[in-house]
Amino acid sequence: MSPIQLFPLLAALLLAPLLRSVINRTKAWIAGRRGPPWLQPYRDLRKLLGKGAVYSQTTTWLFRAGPVVGLATVLVAVTIVPMAGVAAPLHFSGDLVLFAYVLALGRLATILAALDVGSSFEAMGASREAAYSALVEPVLLLGLVSLGLVAGGYSLSLIYCGGLAVGWERSPEVVTLLAFVLFVVLLIENARMPIDDPTTHLELTMIHEVMVLDHGGPDLAFIEYAQALKLWLFIQLLVGIAISALAVTGWPGVVIWAIGTVAVGVVVGLVESAMARLRLVQIPQLIFGTGAVATMALLLQIV
Amino acid sequence: MDSMLSHLLVLLLFTDLLLLGTSRIRVSIRVVAAQGIVLGLLPFLLHFSDGISPSVIAAAGLGLALRGVVFPWLLFRAMRAAGVGLAATPTISYSTAMFLGVLFTGYAFWLWSRLPLPVPPESPLVLPVALSTQFVGLLLVITRRKALSQVLGYIVLENGIFLLSVGLKIKEDLLVELGILLDLFVALFIMGILVYHIRREFDRIDVDQLTSLRG
Repeated sequence: MSPIQLFPLLAALLLAPLLRSVINRTKAWIAGRRGPPWLQPYRDLRKLLGKGAVYSQTTTWLFRAGPVVGLATVLVAVTIVPMAGVAAPLHFSGDLVLFAYVLALGRLATILAALDVGSSFEAMGASREAAYSALVEPVLLLGLVSLGLVAGGYSLSLIYCGGLAVGWERSPEVVTLLAFVLFVVLLIENARMPIDDPTTHLELTMIHEVMVLDHGGPDLAFIEYAQALKLWLFIQLLVGIAISALAVTGWPGVVIWAIGTVAVGVVVGLVESAMARLRLVQIPQLIFGTGAVATMALLLQIV
Repeated sequence: MDSMLSHLLVLLLFTDLLLLGTSRIRVSIRVVAAQGIVLGLLPFLLHFSDGISPSVIAAAGLGLALRGVVFPWLLFRAMRAAGVGLAATPTISYSTAMFLGVLFTGYAFWLWSRLPLPVPPESPLVLPVALSTQFVGLLLVITRRKALSQVLGYIVLENGIFLLSVGLKIKEDLLVELGILLDLFVALFIMGILVYHIRREFDRIDVDQLTSLRG
């Protein structure tokens, strides 16, 4: 493996928690605060990894498997997603379906672990997560398939390394629509602001945070790290589109990729500062709307 | 040039979806204003190749000013006079409306592939976008409950018709075009006054109440 192939992978594994800092610092900056230190996510992870784990007697192996499966599935996804315009280590035609469903498997593990606790509060979060992920799944797949259609291939590496450059030339408006779709999917999949408030705990309207309330110690560290990686991956799907437009490869491409990744993080932070969380009943409406836009993108290409 | 045109047309489709999905009248008016500005730019783009004559500039400029600035201003005034911010729950849900919109756009695309046209349009998107804009306008008029939302639907419907005539480069007299714009302007003016009066008589502009007025 050449260094340029290895570098994005290492960056993903090492720098993903830093991206959370970028978002948090952006929010703090808008609100006029100083915000937590840049390395706070790493400190949290170290603290959690140093702790022991406590398991309730009502839980079974499902509860312990949740965080492990969650992290493992995200790590598999990391090997599929091309970063910095460099083909991913693992690629084959149709790997975008694997990307969608390997993440769905991780989510299933988290949901089962939450149900295993037997707490009605966590079960409520699990039910919400299941409902919204079921709604957003077709939107994600529709977006990725449209992206494949415009780029002329159904492998993420093919799409992001060359395919989209053609797509930008052929129908830029479709790619722009799809970038919008993927951005909303990013917010939904990662339980970010207009859908879920990542900063609150013990509030009746939250979705993701409520499922992991009973996890502690290394388990929680796994979940937090997996979340950070997942956010990183979805941001890569967006940044990849922008890089393809510029059509730069090699190390200059890596520099632009790094800038782009931070920029998308800042945009997520700005969205979170500017918007209030949607009411729970309005979320399906947002998802339907995004799905409608994705369908439009698909229709525009069939013409 | 061509990509600029399709960009604008896709933007129009996007605004159509937005109109179907939003419940805020303030947002709707802004979206309609954006739609008017995009439509106002289209004649300039389409006539770019065969030279821009003063009459094109006059008609397009006037259309841009009316659709992009005057209409939204009138609508905002009517909104303030009627004191409405949020649309009443429409007869079909926003999600269903968006679904119908997408469905009809698909149908419009299919229709375009089978419809022989006397003049080939500049972009393959012109006809489908025009048809689905008309459909969205119609849907808004039928399903929305408040008079102001229905006025918005009327404007969107007209936008679709305008897009069709511009996109197919149907040569219209300057006089005819000015006449249409004047009609629209007067219609909107009267609708604004009507909304105000409905509100003053019945304390709300929910038109469902009007059906119980018989006899």
